[in-house]
Amino acid sequence: MIYATAGTLESNDCMITVTQHDQQEILIDSIVKEAFGDQILAVILDVLNQLKVKNIKVHIQDKGALDYTIRARLKTALKRLEDVK
Amino acid sequence: MRRSLLFIPANSPAMLQNADIFETDGLIFDLEDAISLMEKDAARDLLSEYFESYKLEGVELIIRMNQLDSIYADDDLKRALSWPIDSIMVPKARYQDLVQLEEKLEKLEKKTKWEKKIMLIPIIEQAIALFEVDKIASLDRVSALLLGGEDLATNLEVERTKDAEEILLARQLVIYAAKAYSKDAIDTPFTDVSDKEGLIQDAKHAKRLGMSGKSCIHPIQIDDINTIFSPTEKEIAYAHRVIEAEKEALLNHKGVFSVDGKMVDKPIIERAKKLLEKVKS
Repeated sequence: MIYATAGTLESNDCMITVTQHDQQEILIDSIVKEAFGDQILAVILDVLNQLKVKNIKVHIQDKGALDYTIRARLKTALKRLEDVK
Repeated sequence: MRRSLLFIPANSPAMLQNADIFETDGLIFDLEDAISLMEKDAARDLLSEYFESYKLEGVELIIRMNQLDSIYADDDLKRALSWPIDSIMVPKARYQDLVQLEEKLEKLEKKTKWEKKIMLIPIIEQAIALFEVDKIASLDRVSALLLGGEDLATNLEVERTKDAEEILLARQLVIYAAKAYSKDAIDTPFTDVSDKEGLIQDAKHAKRLGMSGKSCIHPIQIDDINTIFSPTEKEIAYAHRVIEAEKEALLNHKGVFSVDGKMVDKPIIERAKKLLEKVKS
């Protein structure tokens, strides 16, 4: 299984794990999922669309990260995945 | 005016998103010592997204890049030109490396059609750099020198103490070089964040020696540093009186005049002008 991670489990941050996959799958674990789950999903989808990434599994463990942090961590994880490949 | 410059780890969302509330004159986004070797890429990505989301105004934006001879330096520089920064802080700075960096920035700025000129703040933290600190201060893009006391103490193989006797000469050399070229001299941070009195004594000592400001590693240190490095009301009022008296003397064709019973000569007038310029900025 080829995967990469970025971020931390500290407050205001998130840890994102991306795994090579045969389809798109997004798993959200968040302390604010009830209120912001849709927004987190939208940010992840936006980055994936922007970078034209389709076959990927994204697992986010969110500790209250703002959008810019989620975007950054996802981009870093995706670049690291490319390096692993 | 550079009274206080606050170091912020560039890979810490919690610190970054509060950066705009700190009343510091400059924010130093640290890509070097505060970031582990495995997280340099993550720090650059986070900083890019941060600058996209936050528009910081009224504060100097600085990045502390990685050492110029490290494998991270090129990536830092390329990314830096996509960020709205004012200055790059250069660790373990040496004259020849800075000359090359100036040339590299010149080319990169032209290539990317970068509109403003990025300035440099070399960190003087090696004994050998103190033997060329005047040449470093003379460089066109260098706007200030920062003394790095911790690394310098390591280089000197001495203990870093609170009375800072071991860095006295270094402080003075940095100050003289900076002032000789009308640049700012920024003092090393006081690293014991729980010792408020120690910080105050250390900052007052640095100011007495001639430092223009002081860097800090925790927001709790900003207020004290700003207070110590700000001109006092008394100093400002005196400077205004000197300038007014000079105007009057010129009108009356008087070569010599006095303020508050004391003779005023050219250095005092220049000091008053400098102080008022600082207050304005």
